[in-house]
Amino acid sequence: MELFTPDFGLVFWMFVAFILLFLVLAKWGWPVIVKMMDQRANTIDQGVEDARKAKEQLDNARAEAQKYVKEAQARQADMLREAAKMKTDIIEEARREAQNAAKKEMDNAKVAIEQARKEAELQFRNEVGRFSIDIAEKMMRERMSSDKAQTELVNKLLDEIEKN
Amino acid sequence: MSNLDIQSLRAHRCSPLRLLTALFMVVAMMLPSSAFASEGGEKEKSLDVKGIMFEHLGDAYGWEVPFSHTSRIPLPVIVRAEDHSWHSFSSADLTELTEHDGHKALEPVVKTIDRDGKTYSFLIAHVSTHKDKVVQIFPLSEADQKDLDAKLAEVRKTGAEDLGAQVIDGYVYYDGQYYREYRPLDLSITKNVAALFIAVVLVLLMVFGLVRYYRRNGLRAPRKGMGFFEMLVGFVYYDTIKAALGAKTPKFAPYLLTVFFFILVMNLVGLIVIFPGGANLTGNIAVTLVLALCTFVVTNIFGTKHYWKEIFWPDVPMFLKCPLPIMQLIEVFGIFTKPAALCVRLFANMMGGHMIVITLTMLIFILGAFGAAVVGTTTVVSVLFTIFMLLLDVLVSFIQAYVFTLLSALFISMAQVSEEEHHAKEDKGDAALEKRDLEQLHAQKEVLAKEAASVDFK
Repeated sequence: MELFTPDFGLVFWMFVAFILLFLVLAKWGWPVIVKMMDQRANTIDQGVEDARKAKEQLDNARAEAQKYVKEAQARQADMLREAAKMKTDIIEEARREAQNAAKKEMDNAKVAIEQARKEAELQFRNEVGRFSIDIAEKMMRERMSSDKAQTELVNKLLDEIEKN
Repeated sequence: MSNLDIQSLRAHRCSPLRLLTALFMVVAMMLPSSAFASEGGEKEKSLDVKGIMFEHLGDAYGWEVPFSHTSRIPLPVIVRAEDHSWHSFSSADLTELTEHDGHKALEPVVKTIDRDGKTYSFLIAHVSTHKDKVVQIFPLSEADQKDLDAKLAEVRKTGAEDLGAQVIDGYVYYDGQYYREYRPLDLSITKNVAALFIAVVLVLLMVFGLVRYYRRNGLRAPRKGMGFFEMLVGFVYYDTIKAALGAKTPKFAPYLLTVFFFILVMNLVGLIVIFPGGANLTGNIAVTLVLALCTFVVTNIFGTKHYWKEIFWPDVPMFLKCPLPIMQLIEVFGIFTKPAALCVRLFANMMGGHMIVITLTMLIFILGAFGAAVVGTTTVVSVLFTIFMLLLDVLVSFIQAYVFTLLSALFISMAQVSEEEHHAKEDKGDAALEKRDLEQLHAQKEVLAKEAASVDFK
């Protein structure tokens, strides 16, 4: 039966030891450990969450980059197209301008040539007129050298006037 | 038990073991027969199984030096004598090594202290109602002698022959004569108390080791032993205490954690056979009584108004509580049975484990009388069973520490119920609360099933 009757000395020391142990651990032991474990758990949770977010951001960034690249490519293509168009436009313009200029030049030249031709014609006519008068004079002179011829001519002219 | 039988059968069929058994028997038979004859003499014939068992399970004033039966580590004895004066001396002064026919033994001797002209005599009683405890002894006065004679005459009437060594209440028989005895208030640092201090120091070392680790390493997770300890703390804190107490956890967690690790360390240290261990602490009802009392006090001091209302005016039909306070009686009884069950459960489990291990070991010596062959076989079987039982006790140590903590947490949480919570549960049938209760119930059942399984093994 002695096993079932608590011994006062042991009860006393057990009480003292347990209460002291409890007080010491409750003040400096368990709160520190539990706080640390909570903190670590939170840190790990935070880390996982951060990693997830970072991955998400990375994925987003990648998608965004892709988008930018595509956009840039599209813009580049546009630019190239525009440039090509501009080039052809410029060339066209230049050509047109050149044509215009050439035409103008040609027209001017034509006018000048026409004028020159007209002048030359006029001059030529005048020359021809002068030559022909000269020739006619000479021929007259020759033909009119005889009086018969002169009278004949006067007659003829007079006939003509009469007819009219 | 059937499990064990099968296991033992298997063990016998296993060929290396059979070989080992045979070897043992051969060695035993080759030993000179005188070795057995001398030891198997009168002394061994009357092997005091119960005495040895109780010596191992109980307390002592000195602590046995490993592998020596005759030397003890002295511990301080602190007693308050009959005239309320305090005395302290070494437990070594209470025993003396004697030698009879080459048989060494520690015999009790009287320790006398002279102080202020008075003589105080102390003795570890043997033939007394206070067996194996320190008592203060006085020579018999005339009145004492009369009283003693009357008592002896009464004993003689019942038919006892040997007058020399009768246990007479109030008297101690020592060295051929009776003395009047007084059991002083005994606050000695006994073997159990010393083991208690060792357990306290171990728990402190564990906890402050981890705290120091944190201080040095910050949030880095500890490894190996510290990691294991931290894992245990996490298991107890998050899965046991927090699960039961919810928002009230920070208030009660330090107490419950202390209880768990103190019990665990005491259990495990108790399983170590030699010096720093070997004290059957949690198998001592004084220890478990204090622990259960603490849970009782914590439960009831911090109990809410509603908890007390539930006890003295529970929600049951009126006839159960009004003219005759039937429910109140049951509830009040319940307040005390819960911690009492805690106390007895831990005590019985741990003492049972120790007892079985000792019995199995003793089996070798009990069956020794039947000769060498039997001793050989019993030794092998006993040692195997002892190892098995010790391993089982390691498991039981964990389970019992856990059960004590879990049930304490549940009792405390039951006393923390608030009015709103209760009504929410009752009127609206709050699904979440019911689920929590169910979970608690399941946890409790599981634990009890586990415990039942471990008890079945025994």
